[in-house]
Amino acid sequence: MTANPLGLYRPGASVLHRLTPGPKLLGLFVLGMAVLVVRGPWTGAGFLALAFGLAALGHLSIGTILRSLRGFAVVGALLLAFNAWQNDWARAVEVVTDLGALIVTATVLTATTSVDDLLDSIVRGLRPFRRFGVDPDRVGLTFSLMLRAVPETLDLAAETRDAARARGLERSIRARTTPLVLRVVARARDTGDALHARGVVD
Amino acid sequence: MIEFVDAAVDGRLHPITVTLADRRIAVIGANGSGKSTLARMINGLVEPTSGRVSVDGLDTRRDGRAVRRRVGFVFTDPAAQLVMPTVAEDVALSLRRSLPDKAERRAAVTRVLERFGLAELAHRSVHALSGGQRQLLAIATVLATDPAVLVADEPTTLLDLANTRRIGEVLLGLDQQVVVVTHDLELAARCDRALVVDAGRIVFDGPAAAAVDHYRAAVS
Repeated sequence: MTANPLGLYRPGASVLHRLTPGPKLLGLFVLGMAVLVVRGPWTGAGFLALAFGLAALGHLSIGTILRSLRGFAVVGALLLAFNAWQNDWARAVEVVTDLGALIVTATVLTATTSVDDLLDSIVRGLRPFRRFGVDPDRVGLTFSLMLRAVPETLDLAAETRDAARARGLERSIRARTTPLVLRVVARARDTGDALHARGVVD
Repeated sequence: MIEFVDAAVDGRLHPITVTLADRRIAVIGANGSGKSTLARMINGLVEPTSGRVSVDGLDTRRDGRAVRRRVGFVFTDPAAQLVMPTVAEDVALSLRRSLPDKAERRAAVTRVLERFGLAELAHRSVHALSGGQRQLLAIATVLATDPAVLVADEPTTLLDLANTRRIGEVLLGLDQQVVVVTHDLELAARCDRALVVDAGRIVFDGPAAAAVDHYRAAVS
C-alpha cells in the first residue's frame, strides 16, 4: 500500500486549522506569484523559512514536512544541477528553494484543511459562475475524485508491477502497462457506478 | 416492494417476472450467471431492454433518481465505492445533499460512524483501513441516507471468515429490506428467501435453505 503523496489532513486546533480554506488557498496563490516575481539569491531561503514558519504554526511534525520533500528530492537535485550548468549556482539554489517552499506550504494547506472544507470553499467560490452553466457541486466532486485517483493509481501500478515480476516479466513494458491501463479504466467505471448508486451525481 | 415484470437485458438476462417483498432475500448462482445484472436492475444501474422493474411503484427507467434514493447499493470491492480521502469525509459525501448545513452534517456523520463502530477511525485514511473495515464503511456510507432497501453485490467475497461473518451479521440485522448476491451459502441460507440464477434465468425461487440445496445439487 502506497502512502498518499498528497499528504493527509491531520485534525488539530492551530490557528491555521481554524482558518477557513479560502484565505489559505489565496495565500498559497499569492506565495506562488511572489516566488516568481521576487528575485535574488537569498529570496528562496527567505520563502523556505516562511514556509517552515507556517508549518510550525500549523503544528506539522518534522516527519510530515520531510516526507513531503522526499518525493521532490530527485527532481530537485536534477533541477539544481541543470540550473547550475545553464545559469549559475545562486540561480540554481533560488529555483530549488523556491519550489521547496511552495511544496512545504502546499503540504501545510492539505495537513490543516479537511477535504470536506476545501470542497465547500471551492463549491462556494464557484457559485457565481452557476449562471454560465457551471455546476459547483460537480466541480467539487471532480476535485476530490482527482485527489483520490492519485494514490489509487499508484497502488494499482505497484500491484501490476508485482504481478509482472511474479511472471518474470519485469522488463516487459507491455506486461507492466496493459493491465494497469485496463484496471485504471475498469476502476473508473466502477467508481462511476458507485457514485450513481449513491445518488451523488444524479 | 421490488417488482420485475418481464424484465430482460439483451444477452445477459432472459425475461424475469418476480416480486420481491421478503425482508431478507439472497441471490445465488455461478459466476457470470446474471446475478449482478439482476441486482443492478433493482436500483436502475442496469435498465431493462424490455419489460420493466419498479421499486415501491417507481419505475427504474423513468424515476431512476428517486429509485436510487430508495435503494442503497454495496459493491464487492469497497475501494471503488469510497471516493474521499478519510472515513468521515466519505460519509459526509453521502449527506452533502440531504444536509447542506455543515454542523448538522458533522453530527450526522458522527452518529453513522458510531452506529457501525467506526467512530475511532473517523479521520483515518480510507487507504489505511482493513478490508473488513472498508466494507463496513461502504455499508455505512450507503445507509447514511437511510434508504428503504439495501442491495449488496457479493459484499463478502474479498473478506476473511471473521469479517464475512461480521458483515453478514450487519446485513441481517438491518431495518432495511436486504437483497444480497452472495457465494457465501451460509449467509444465503439464513435469509427468508433465495433465488438461484443460472445462465440468465431464475431456476429456483423459494425458502433459502431449499434454494441452497438446489444450487448445491446442480453443481455436483
